[in-house]
Amino acid sequence: MAPSLDEMIQMYRKMLEIRRFEEAIADLYHRGEVPSSAHLYIGQEAVAVGVCSALRRDDYVLTTHRGHAHNIAKGVSMRRLAAEILGKATGLCKGKGGSMRASSLADGVVYACPIVGSNIPIAAGVGLSIKLRGTDQVVACFFGEGASNIGDFHEGINLAALWRLPVLYVCENNLYALSVSQRRSTLVEDIASRASAYGIPGVVVDGNDVLAVYEAARRAVEDARGGRGPTLIECKTYRWLGHHAGDPGFAYRPKEEVEAWRERCPIKRFRRVLLSRGVTEEELASVEEEVEEAVRDAMDFALESPYPGPEELLRDVY
Amino acid sequence: MSMVEALREALAEEMRRDSSVIVMGEDVGVLGGIYRVTQGLLEEFGPERVRDTPISEEAFMGAAIGAAVTGLRPVVEIMYADFLANCMNQIVNFAAKMRYCSGGQLRVPVVVRTMVGHGRGHGGDHSQVPMTWFMNIPGLRLVAPSTPYDAKGLLKTAIRDDSPVLFFEPHLLYRVRGPVPEEEYTIPFGRADIKRRGEDVTIVAVSAMVPRAVEAHERLREEGITAEVIDPRTLNPLDIETIVESVKRTNRLITVEYSPKTGGVGAEIAALVVERAFDYLDAPIIRVAAPDVPVPVSPPLGRMTVPTVEEIVEAVEALL
Ligand SMILES: Cc1ncc(C[n+]2csc(CCOP(=O)(O)OP(=O)(O)O)c2C)c(N)n1
Repeated sequence: MAPSLDEMIQMYRKMLEIRRFEEAIADLYHRGEVPSSAHLYIGQEAVAVGVCSALRRDDYVLTTHRGHAHNIAKGVSMRRLAAEILGKATGLCKGKGGSMRASSLADGVVYACPIVGSNIPIAAGVGLSIKLRGTDQVVACFFGEGASNIGDFHEGINLAALWRLPVLYVCENNLYALSVSQRRSTLVEDIASRASAYGIPGVVVDGNDVLAVYEAARRAVEDARGGRGPTLIECKTYRWLGHHAGDPGFAYRPKEEVEAWRERCPIKRFRRVLLSRGVTEEELASVEEEVEEAVRDAMDFALESPYPGPEELLRDVY
Repeated sequence: MSMVEALREALAEEMRRDSSVIVMGEDVGVLGGIYRVTQGLLEEFGPERVRDTPISEEAFMGAAIGAAVTGLRPVVEIMYADFLANCMNQIVNFAAKMRYCSGGQLRVPVVVRTMVGHGRGHGGDHSQVPMTWFMNIPGLRLVAPSTPYDAKGLLKTAIRDDSPVLFFEPHLLYRVRGPVPEEEYTIPFGRADIKRRGEDVTIVAVSAMVPRAVEAHERLREEGITAEVIDPRTLNPLDIETIVESVKRTNRLITVEYSPKTGGVGAEIAALVVERAFDYLDAPIIRVAAPDVPVPVSPPLGRMTVPTVEEIVEAVEALL
């Protein structure tokens, strides 16, 4: 079942929000306003939006160090997300988590786990709680291909599979874990093939095609809600920028490769699809304008927000 | 009843009281745990709430955390405390920090029950008493009961607490019997138990060292020395007030633990006492502890890593 045209325009809006948001954060980073590193998502927008569009509002997401996008795609306030990234009191986590831990339980984004792979077992536990509480929610757990080489991946997916937990394991294969390419970290071609080791379905999808990602996620959600357990979805994609905002990203990958992937921009590609389905240039232009405005507003909010006061230091420990 | 039975009662009572309490770990279901603490729980509460896990400490610890932040109260069993090393990441980087780093959005009501100090030739990686690994991790509660009564009351408090709790069960005391009342009770965290009153020296003993310190008290009494014996019961929060108040009366302090001495519980307590009651001390503080070695298998060597009543008595005599 494909999304309606209205839903697709919504998806386009979200992809664009992510793109503009990350550009704005990069800008603030270079102006010294971001107190941490910032791992930007530009180039991968179809994955977060494709998956989260297949989720309900009350479904859960667990993300990673590269998690701004999953928050936006899940409907988290860009204002409070930006404020969190800047370490401000109005941030999602009162500025205590920052870019790599920004999350909003009220919106279903349970947590962002910046230790690579750690969210994989935690997602199994969220699935377990869903199962025991008897709701029909699901949880989507995002991670990079680099995470598929750590023990948490293998232990965690095995456990979720064994207990048939309602989890979507979404591997965003952007080909590099920091500087190390997939080829230099595993002999496995498709990360999704690892699913067979745990007796669950593994699916490879074009991670720059938001409708393909959506469709794969929709099927996995259906299985998860139906009690048939987890699916491992591998989305082949690419990060355009460096590992984080301070990394130019060219020391370990050829310029031509980066250029070739930029040609395959997931947003431009989806824009063409929308136009071919009868959405007008004017409609898209007004979405684009609204997004620019919303992102500018979010950054202004974050910049104008105060830092937390010293009384916050010792709060929330226990 | 024994500590094993007391723990089992606490688990069963809490599981009856609150359907969000679940138990998971290796061999905790069909077998009832290798120490039999969870015996009978599978029969009463069923396989959804009492779950045998694969040998994946990091995974089921992570799963417990994920379940906890979304509404359950998991109690996890780690078969040997040494295996906490296999899930250190989930405990230290997630359970302990998610509440803080989420700005208070998340609560992590996980209890990690684990066996410390096997004491019978299981060797270096199956014998540790590693409370101290976690003492400088803010966000965790650390509980070390030494009697069946305390074990039951503290485990019930642990299960009801919204913070992650590491609950260290001493193998040396699992089968030791003690009184446990019929009626419901809990024991608050952060309240030390003064096991014996005394005037001449304060002995702070932890976990399985508590009954040894009590025995040392009895022997010293025959020599006319009265030692105050304190069991802190929880190391985080630590009831330092009770210890300091005692030292102000006795003017001498001995700590007893069976973890390696360096960076141990005694080191922390000694530092706190020096900070708060330096002027009251009439003698150096003595830390009775395990030597800084892995626990060897060979019985005569292995025994040398667990402080004895004699060592405690000698430490007191050296001070007076
Ligand atoms: C366990 C662990 N090791 C190393 C790091 C440092 N680190 C952060 S992100 C990263 C690369 C992760 O690659 P991948 O999982 O593919 O995700 P991507 O960054 O490509 O989104 C590394 C090595 C870490 N955070 N956690």
